Amino acid sequence: MNFTLKRTSLGLRFSLALLTAMLFGALNAHAEPFLPKDDKQVLERLPAKPTDPIQAGLRDLRRALAANPQDLALATTLADHYFRLAVGEGDPRYIGYAQAALAPWWTLAEPPTNVLILRAGLRQYMHDFESAISDLTLALKREPDNLDALSYRAVIYIVMARYDEARHDCREMVKRDGGLIPSSCEPTVDALTGRAAAAYDTLTETLRRSAVASPGQILWVTTRLGEIAQRLGRTREAEAHYRAALAMGITDQYLLTTWAEFLLDLDRPAEVVTLLKDKTRNDVLLLRLALAEKKLGAPATAEHQAAIQSRIDAARLRKDKLHLSDEAIFELVFLKKPQEAVRLAQENWESGQREPSDARILLEAALGARDKAAAKPALEWMTRNRHEDVVLKRLLQQVGALP
Amino acid sequence: MIRFITLLALLLCFSAAHAHKPSDSYLSMKPAGQKVEGQWDIALRDLDFAIGLDADNNGEITWGELRARHDAVSAYAMARLKISADGAECPIRVTAHLVDNHSDGAYAVMRFVADCPKTIETLGIDYKLFHDIDPQHKGLLRLELAGGTTTALFGPDRQSQNFPLAGTSRLDQFIEYLKHGTWHIWIGFDHILFLLSLLLPAVVVLTRHHWEAVADFRTAFWDVLRIVTAFTLAHSITLSLAALGIIKLPSNVVESAIALSVVLAAANNVYPLVLGRRWVVAFFFGLIHGFGFASVLGDLGLPQDALLLALVAFNVGVEVGQLAIVTAFLPLAYAIRHSVFYRRIVLIGGSAAIIVVASIWFVERAFDLKLISR
Repeated sequence: MNFTLKRTSLGLRFSLALLTAMLFGALNAHAEPFLPKDDKQVLERLPAKPTDPIQAGLRDLRRALAANPQDLALATTLADHYFRLAVGEGDPRYIGYAQAALAPWWTLAEPPTNVLILRAGLRQYMHDFESAISDLTLALKREPDNLDALSYRAVIYIVMARYDEARHDCREMVKRDGGLIPSSCEPTVDALTGRAAAAYDTLTETLRRSAVASPGQILWVTTRLGEIAQRLGRTREAEAHYRAALAMGITDQYLLTTWAEFLLDLDRPAEVVTLLKDKTRNDVLLLRLALAEKKLGAPATAEHQAAIQSRIDAARLRKDKLHLSDEAIFELVFLKKPQEAVRLAQENWESGQREPSDARILLEAALGARDKAAAKPALEWMTRNRHEDVVLKRLLQQVGALP
Repeated sequence: MIRFITLLALLLCFSAAHAHKPSDSYLSMKPAGQKVEGQWDIALRDLDFAIGLDADNNGEITWGELRARHDAVSAYAMARLKISADGAECPIRVTAHLVDNHSDGAYAVMRFVADCPKTIETLGIDYKLFHDIDPQHKGLLRLELAGGTTTALFGPDRQSQNFPLAGTSRLDQFIEYLKHGTWHIWIGFDHILFLLSLLLPAVVVLTRHHWEAVADFRTAFWDVLRIVTAFTLAHSITLSLAALGIIKLPSNVVESAIALSVVLAAANNVYPLVLGRRWVVAFFFGLIHGFGFASVLGDLGLPQDALLLALVAFNVGVEVGQLAIVTAFLPLAYAIRHSVFYRRIVLIGGSAAIIVVASIWFVERAFDLKLISR
């Protein structure tokens, strides 16, 4: 269509633009797809090198499965590998790859038990909590001793704030396996339901006594201890736990997020910037970095705010509801739109996602919007479960003081 | 049974789960007449996963590696995208391979054109990209229609969608081509510069080798009116003849002649030869510019069932664009016609600048050169 522009070189276009701009006003140019000049120009760096042994193994598995897509053992092995990668790297592409491996069974009402458990994990990841629970319930009906199904369901119940059912699954687990993780399950529920101090002691004792535990398991319990101490207002102990967990040298996004939020609460944003400045590819961590930079008035704030905005826009385009609580934080803090933050935080809560952090953004948004009624679900959740959390308690008082 | 999942991995994942952007492709289409022009951006990472791009297995995808796989990329992608006009398939051809950076990495960009066997009333799109290897992948469509932009989402659960085109009504079609005409004048610098070269002297008269301001607005106005009318009349004639296929000229000849016409028109302001009868110049060269417009109209794809309508609308659009230029130019030029700035800088300096630019165009187009590299 614009043949004259196409045939005009850039320099000429520029001088022309200037010339016409003099007479007609400015012409606006916008970024366009480009033709790289050099064959050697690197366009993209893949998240993992193909020569990486894990990637090579996955490639072999994929090839084998492509040759025989109905092979259940192959399919579940591959799906499990991808699911672990998704969880470890926080990369949703792997969720899709795992789902693809399970394609022949994905839409069945009653697939084999190990497919059910994997499908539950993937559905949980997509925030389809109810379907995940029904998959696991079916799996447990078939195999009541299945620890994977039990542990999965316990976790989903915890996220959904269905603590009685979670506790039941925890107890069923301990009956079958006395290891560190099953033993830590019920204290984790207790810590959320009015028995935080006792749970903290139990968990400390369980960790101390456990003879055979992997570094990953120790990291997990240590992080939980940090969180419980933080909610109890025992800042120094919390910091010690977090630091101990960090010192284990395992890259763990959840730990980084929790530690960054802890530092932000203590008004130590400079440490957050040091911690996260190289982690901007990760949406969750990028938001925490931007929050810290904003507190410091750092020049990078604007750039990172724009990056987060563009990722939120992309998520909205694909009608993604997986970032709702982070979107709410962004609306509240960066865009100063508390009503919008309330709407998102409510939608997040209604989706079944009911962890302390979800209650917190709901309260903060309600406070920002001076909307006492909006805070009601969080208030009810706290009261019913006698949840202990110094930050939430303070927020609740502030919301209570609203007219 | 294999312990293939541990509680640990799961418990840790909750807040951390969605840290990266999932896989999306960006598809934009602009249907007009029997044609759909489009662009498709697909993440290199996804293409690498699907068909392999990283030839040397070093974890980096270079332009050379992508370029070597362009045929494979087109074949793979276009096998998974179907465009149809009221059920009749429109074969897609890829016209260009480019690269773009989105917030989450580099994307292969394919520009394409789909040719439909008939004028599109309902556009059908069938999208299957990556559904077999990543069911979480989504295709985000931006459809530019006469009535505005529509967006749609494609996924395994929504593979086929139909879009009735608002532009099928005669009025919408008219407006669509009118917009094209106006837009073409606006972005067609050669036409603007040609017209300007002829208009610049309209507010002055040459008296004893000196440019003097014209006495009244009437004089300037009539001069402009004559030039614009002559130009319009001329290019309407050739545009119609070319669009209807009665006369065909090679496009490089037309393009070079257009550039030359700009050089001559501007030169006439620096070394005046033709003064009072500039409308004759406008008419003569207008005939050439008409062929230029026709090639644009040809690129747009003329609806065979509404040829005349499109032709008239496009032409009217060109006039609207021209009129906007004249309306902006005349009062301004008239107001500052007494100033030395106008006579020296704008008239002489501006014309000289136009000569330089248009001469470069001429050489570029006539000898198929790139004088100033991109």
